[in-house]
Amino acid sequence: MPGTYIPTDYFPVLVILLIASAIGLGALVAGILVRPRRPYAQKLTPYESGNPPIGEPRSQFSVKFYIIAMLFVVFDVEAVFMYPWAVAYDKLGIFGFVEMMLFMFILLIGYIYVWKKGAFNWE
Amino acid sequence: MDLPITITLMDIRAIVPELTLICVGLIIMLLDLVVKKKDLVALAGIAGTVLALFGTYKLYGVTDTQFVFSNMFVLDGYANFFKVIFYINLILTICISIKYMEIEKSSFGEYYALLLFATSGMMIMASAADLIVLYLGLELMALSTYILTGLMRKQPRSNEAAIKYFFLGAFSSAFLLYGISLTYGMTGTTNIKEIAFAISTLGIADNPIMYLGLIFMIVAFSFKVALAPFHMWAPDVYEGAPTSITAFMSVGPKAAGFAVMGRILMGAFGDMQAQWVTVLIPLAVLTMATGSIIALSQTNIKRMLAYSSIAHAGYILLGIIAGTPEGLTASVNYLMIYTFMNIGAFAIVIMLRSKGFQGENLDDYKGLAKSHPVAAALMLIFMFSLAGIPPTAGFIGKFYVFMELIGSGYTPLAIIAIIFSAISAFFYLRIVVYMYMKDAEQEIVLTQSPTMNIALAVTSVMVLVLGIFPSFLLYFVRYSIMGY
Amino acid sequence: MVPLNWYIILSAVMFSIGMFGFLSRRNLVIMFICLELMLNAVNVSLVAFSHYLQSINGQILVFFVITVAAAEAAIGLAIIIAYYKNNPTIKVDEINILKG
Repeated sequence: MPGTYIPTDYFPVLVILLIASAIGLGALVAGILVRPRRPYAQKLTPYESGNPPIGEPRSQFSVKFYIIAMLFVVFDVEAVFMYPWAVAYDKLGIFGFVEMMLFMFILLIGYIYVWKKGAFNWE
Repeated sequence: MDLPITITLMDIRAIVPELTLICVGLIIMLLDLVVKKKDLVALAGIAGTVLALFGTYKLYGVTDTQFVFSNMFVLDGYANFFKVIFYINLILTICISIKYMEIEKSSFGEYYALLLFATSGMMIMASAADLIVLYLGLELMALSTYILTGLMRKQPRSNEAAIKYFFLGAFSSAFLLYGISLTYGMTGTTNIKEIAFAISTLGIADNPIMYLGLIFMIVAFSFKVALAPFHMWAPDVYEGAPTSITAFMSVGPKAAGFAVMGRILMGAFGDMQAQWVTVLIPLAVLTMATGSIIALSQTNIKRMLAYSSIAHAGYILLGIIAGTPEGLTASVNYLMIYTFMNIGAFAIVIMLRSKGFQGENLDDYKGLAKSHPVAAALMLIFMFSLAGIPPTAGFIGKFYVFMELIGSGYTPLAIIAIIFSAISAFFYLRIVVYMYMKDAEQEIVLTQSPTMNIALAVTSVMVLVLGIFPSFLLYFVRYSIMGY
Repeated sequence: MVPLNWYIILSAVMFSIGMFGFLSRRNLVIMFICLELMLNAVNVSLVAFSHYLQSINGQILVFFVITVAAAEAAIGLAIIIAYYKNNPTIKVDEINILKG
């Protein structure tokens, strides 16, 4: 039951969590307590000695990045199937090999398709 | 550890139709890169479907249920019959879309490849004997349909429909997965047969978590087949999608959803029938009400047909509520009839679309009988059939569903269904009135093509033949579901 | 060992957060992230069940969920980009050509 069980195995994790937060927070708090605070307009600009910022800070990405990212995600995640296959390879034998080759072949068709459609052309 | 993986030739034989469709789909994708004329690609798609149909025909002799791939995939008459529905849907859709996609300037080869992939996803759903396979089939179907919906990239309407469909579809599959995970947690298996076994041996039919899992799954399927109150996406998506895709997805995903519903509810959750019937009855009533009543106020024909398809989902659900094999037979029979009449109606809608003319308003149908008597007569047949007026097939479909419902003791529900059916006749007949009794406001040019004419001929003849000689189809359905 | 209940409750909470976010947020990309959260909630519960039942099926399903989610992400982003090219907004309230 949730009420009675105490996860003692995870106690070190809790300790690390507490120490880590204590160090991080402690540094910030110490800084606030120790440092002098004298703000003026020039000092509050994002770049104290640089140019004043122009326009929106967030700029638009080119749509090309998204297309490459989408292709990356799709082809990358397929590797998920290769890990268990590789681990169990010696037990799967020739059957597993053929199966994986079929899978790769289908991916290859997708790759040819994407290539011919020109999705990899940057310009 | 010895891994129990053995794949026999029988296993491969069982999935030959699916493999054919996927291979042809892949070939089409490559073909599209070199072929400029998209008609050829479309013909390749039809040829592939015919091949797959032949494969299913060869397997049809196998009436006794076969489990292959370590009980993950099932081959029985029930699945095979649904596959036939999907083939018909696919071939008719390709026939009506060749010319249309040219007019919409969206004649891509991928269109046909995606249609094939979506159909193979539906076939995998119909044959799924395991929730994992079911999920994969569903996603193959859904992901392909999302893209098809948004295929007219330059049109904001199509983009918007795709966004709505995608988000609600993905939302519903998350629900399905949560339902699957709860069911798996309670029963310890994802196999449909074993779930049924576990429910009866462990005696967990009354378990609230089991019930929750069941409800999550019903919600997910309700999204897919557009049952109220989970139908909100349907009118928008049906209106924005290319009309041929609207025709495709008003039949295919719906039929696949019902195939899965029939298998899961009656197969896996057979012992919980009392529970799911109490959930489905309000859904069915609400669905018929929303579909029939909101359709009355529509001015766009695609939207009107969307509400009509929602109402039809309600009628089909009634057969499942009856909870008997005969009820399921009536539902499946209805689905087959619905395929013909719905695609026929959409074919006429597509004919009205010509260069520079949308042809989607109900007003565009005014005076159609004078200028184009044949098209008007065909539309008349389809509208009569959708409304369920004899001697068309739509009447037969409704008749059997209502009979089975009364036979199972749900007489009040049957009466409600008949009332809504009468209300819905109103908006179908309004189109007929527009066509025959009003004067045309403008000149209508019909877009014709040989494949379109074939599709129209097939659908209209089938609607009439099945209306006059219903026993043939019904015998066929009974024979298929016998083993189920 | 941490009891099964904890994982199931965690999964239910994650799923609810995702669902609530999906229904209440009005930015397509945020809604998308909420969807992924819902799927991952399911993955947590599947893996927990799989471990406690000593059955491998749940973990297999998790693999498939991960890959399908990636495919879904690619398609979803493609659809959003196609939409964005025609009308530059990703706020749901402004997506309203189709209604009635």
